[in-house]
Formats: sequence, C-alpha cells, structure tokens
Amino acid sequence: MKYTETASQIRHTLCDVSSKTKTPHLGSCLSCVDILVALYWEIMNIDPKAPTMPDRDYFLLGKGHAASALYTTLAYRGYFSIESLYQHGQTNSQFEEHPGIHAPAGVETVSGSLGHALSLAAGMALSTRLSGKENRFFTLLGDGELNEGTIWEAAMFAGGKKLSNLVAIVDFNKLQGTGESCEIMHLEPLEDKWSAFGWHTIRVDGHDIAALISALAEAGKHDKPTCIIADTVKGKGISFMENDNNWHYRIPKAEEVEKAKQELSV
Amino acid sequence: MRNAFAKVLTELAKQDSRLLLYYADIGNRLFNPLKEFAADRAINAGIAEANMASMAAGSAMMGHKPFIYTITPFTTARNFEQIKIDIAYQNQPVIIVGTGSGLSYANLGPTHHSFEDIALMRSLPNMNIVCPADADELEILMPQLIALNKPCYFRIGKKNEPQVHPSRPELKFGKAHVMHQGEQIAIIATGTIMPLGQALYGKLAECGLSPELVSLHTVKPLDKEYLNGCMSRFKHVITLEEHNVNGGMGSAVLEYFNDQNHQIAVHRFGIPDHFIDQVHSPDDAREKAGLTLDAISKSLTERGVL
Repeated sequence: MKYTETASQIRHTLCDVSSKTKTPHLGSCLSCVDILVALYWEIMNIDPKAPTMPDRDYFLLGKGHAASALYTTLAYRGYFSIESLYQHGQTNSQFEEHPGIHAPAGVETVSGSLGHALSLAAGMALSTRLSGKENRFFTLLGDGELNEGTIWEAAMFAGGKKLSNLVAIVDFNKLQGTGESCEIMHLEPLEDKWSAFGWHTIRVDGHDIAALISALAEAGKHDKPTCIIADTVKGKGISFMENDNNWHYRIPKAEEVEKAKQELSV
Repeated sequence: MRNAFAKVLTELAKQDSRLLLYYADIGNRLFNPLKEFAADRAINAGIAEANMASMAAGSAMMGHKPFIYTITPFTTARNFEQIKIDIAYQNQPVIIVGTGSGLSYANLGPTHHSFEDIALMRSLPNMNIVCPADADELEILMPQLIALNKPCYFRIGKKNEPQVHPSRPELKFGKAHVMHQGEQIAIIATGTIMPLGQALYGKLAECGLSPELVSLHTVKPLDKEYLNGCMSRFKHVITLEEHNVNGGMGSAVLEYFNDQNHQIAVHRFGIPDHFIDQVHSPDDAREKAGLTLDAISKSLTERGVL
C-alpha cells in the first residue's frame, strides 16, 4: 500500500514528539493514524495551501486527546512544518495538548471534552444542507467517547434528519482510559446500534488503509449518515505498546523511541 | 413574553435567512407562523438539549445565526458544558433563550425553576446576558442581540407578564434604563420581577424618600457608567431579581462596587439560598421566597433604610 510508509513516518514522529515534549496519549494516537491517512490523502476534499477554502470537507476530532495524531497528519500533509510539532504542549504554543482556539489552520474545532464533535458536525451538516452546499463532515470518535450520552443524542438526530453529508468513524481500539471498553460499558453489538439509529454502517479493519478508503468512499452515497466502525489496536505499529493500556499516559524514553523507529523501518 | 419572542423571531427571520431556531420539543403551536414560511429553519432538536447547544454552535460555524430555545434550566444548566466549550470558548453567535425563567413555572417544582442560570452564564467569558422585563423590552432588545453577533443568553418569561413601561422605551443593549430618576436610593431590577420593583418604588416614595428605579436588562456586560454614577449619587442600592441572591445580578453589582474599593450598601433581594417547593403558583412561591413588597419593606426597615 502506497501510504504504509507515510503512516509509519507519522507513527515515529508521534513517538518522538511525545518523548521530547513529555506529552501523553501515545497509544490513543497510534490507533487512528491509518484512518487519518486514508482521510487526508484520499478521501477529503482539502487543500493544505488553502486550509479554509469554502468548499472543503471538514474533519472534527472527537477524541481530543489524540490531538498529536491530527497535528502530525496535518504536518505530513503539508499544512505546516514537521519541526513545528515539537512545540506541542509548550507555553503559548498553537499545538495545545487538546486543540484550542489558537490551533493552526486545518484544525476545525476545539476538542478535549468528549462527546462534542459529532453534535457540532451534525449542526454543521444540517446548516450546510440548508444552504444548498456540498461540504462533507468527518468525525473521529473514540470507543471510550461512545460512553457519552451526547453521542447518541446526535446519532438519533442525524439519523432522523438523514444527514447524508455526515460521517462518524469509531476508532474501536477496545481500550479506554482505565480498562477494556467492552467491559466498562456494553458497547457491542456496535454495528447494530448505529444501524438502529438510522446510519449506514460499515465495519472495517482500521489498519487496512485500502479497506478504509473503500469504506469511506461510501460517504454521501446513501440517504443517511455513514458510520465506519474501524477495528483498531491501541498502540498500533510498535510491539511493546500494542494493547498495553499503560501507553494511554506513559511517555517513551529516548531508547524506546529508537526501538520504535527500528520496528517501523523508518 | 414567549409569544413576543416567536413573533419577533418570525418577523426577523423573514428579513434574514441566516436566522435559525433549534427548540427542544416545546412550544407546540408557538412557532407555526415561522414554520409556515421557513419550516426548514425551525428545527425540533428533540428532548436532547446538550446536543442542541453543540449543533447550534456547528450551525453558527457554517454562517447561520441560531437560537436555542427551551425552558430555562434545560437550556442553561443541563447543557452547560456544551455552552461553555462550543458556544462561549469558540465565541459563536448563538442566542440561548431560556423561557419561563425564575419562578414562571413555580407550580412545576424545582426541576423547572431557574435560580442559578444567571450565575452560570455570568461565569462564562464571552457570554452576554439580557433579561427583558416585559414584551416591549424583549421586542426592542432582541434585534440588538442578533446584531451583536456574539454568544448571548436571553432570559425571558413565560406569558402574560404585565407591561412595565407606559410607552415604548428607548433601550440600548448594555445600558441601564432609568425608569424614574431619584436622588437618594436606587432600585435596580432585572427581568420579570420589575412589577415588584415598581411597587417598591411607590412604597419608598410614599415614605418620603427619593428613589430611582432602573431596569438593568443587560446583566453582562454591566453598565459601568451607570454604576459609577451610583457610587457618587447614592448611599444605598437595592437589587431585585428572581434568581438566587448568590451569584446573580445583585452579586455582580456588589462585586463591581467592591472592586472599585467603594463602600456602598447593597441590599440584595432574590431567591434565598434554598429550594422552593410545594407551591401552586408564582405568587405563592414569591411569598415563600420573601419576594413580596411586605417582606422586602420589613427587611429594609430592619436594615434602617426605611
């Protein structure tokens, strides 16, 4: 797959930035890299040189603690320099640990409190339809984020209003802050849930970029919103981080970054 | 007042296609005139107020000027975090309308009372707060709020509130409206409690004082110019609101005087710091809350004001 190397470079930079800036949530970032690559390289109508062009597609990050994954994707896509990522979490930085109102162009909304992005995107999608425009709205939700009641309020509304320009992607990495997502809450059967709320639902391997592209290409082709349930692995790509929930908060040491680099072959 | 809101919204929505109404499954036929010509801009968001607040922010981001509308506790407290992040922090021009504020729904119990809403909204940066006293104030101030193009909280009543101005007043967002000028003591009231303010004004005048009666419809930002004038003109200021005495307009006025390092007696009247229940009408509830002319007069006598 032509984007595998890009995804590996992003994963390595994520580790390096986390290590050097002492910022957490690496595991949560690593699970959604392939989804972001599929969106930003193949699916979304965007132009890194014109980040606010009116007819662009919008990406809204629900799981705001994965901000570094978004920043790093945007940097590799050409929105801003890769060096600037090392300002992450520093005083007066645009790259706050959770995206704020000073975030650089390309970041469409603040994030950090879970359960906001899908509602925001539903309002944006509805207004866009009222205005006769064709922008599409992609949101990335964590599986832990699905605990929030507003997700299901928005899902019911969007299903009811048949917002076909709205896409929810669930980064289903099976682990949330302190444990296994399916033990903490009764999440499954997730496809049935979203379908029952009136969504066109597709389940896909969230690390198979070709499969993601093919699933995401269905957005807008049905008379209803689309939900992509992406089965992912927390810490994906780095053997000693995969499925180890300590990496929700742990910061890698320099030698661990080096080891990750070797595993990623970058 | 809610009829006036629906009427003004309908008129303005005819002129401005950016106006949009989200309502949380209330209003019944109230918005039928709006729906007649703009059904797609009168959106029943369902009984899901948190989602409604964020959706309105999303609509604002796409160029609309949305209102969100339901009974006050559900459009301020239940969805407070959505208002904080999506409307206030991101500075989106959403007008949050709380209908049936204070004790308007007294008989429905504490679930439907709102004595904390001004305190909540006042604590949010970027938020503006307007509490019209009657339908006239609502009609005059509503277009100004839309023109402001910033996050606003519009705290309105329910129905059949008495008209408090003998003729249509000239009101300006952010400016206190002096209804009767006086020289000795200011009565500053906000919102639908104004008839009690007028009764108190009459009582103080009867007692030989020269009171001033003011409609402080805009609670945030405070009219500093007017309050600065109070500091040189009065030794006593009475504040009156249908809101917890802690954290509302009276607190804002008191804090302002304190921050100017100015000693002035502020007598705050509002809902005492306890829940009001087992009541059958707003008047019954006001009695229990001590928001009557007799109770306030007694308190002012005890304080040596009367």
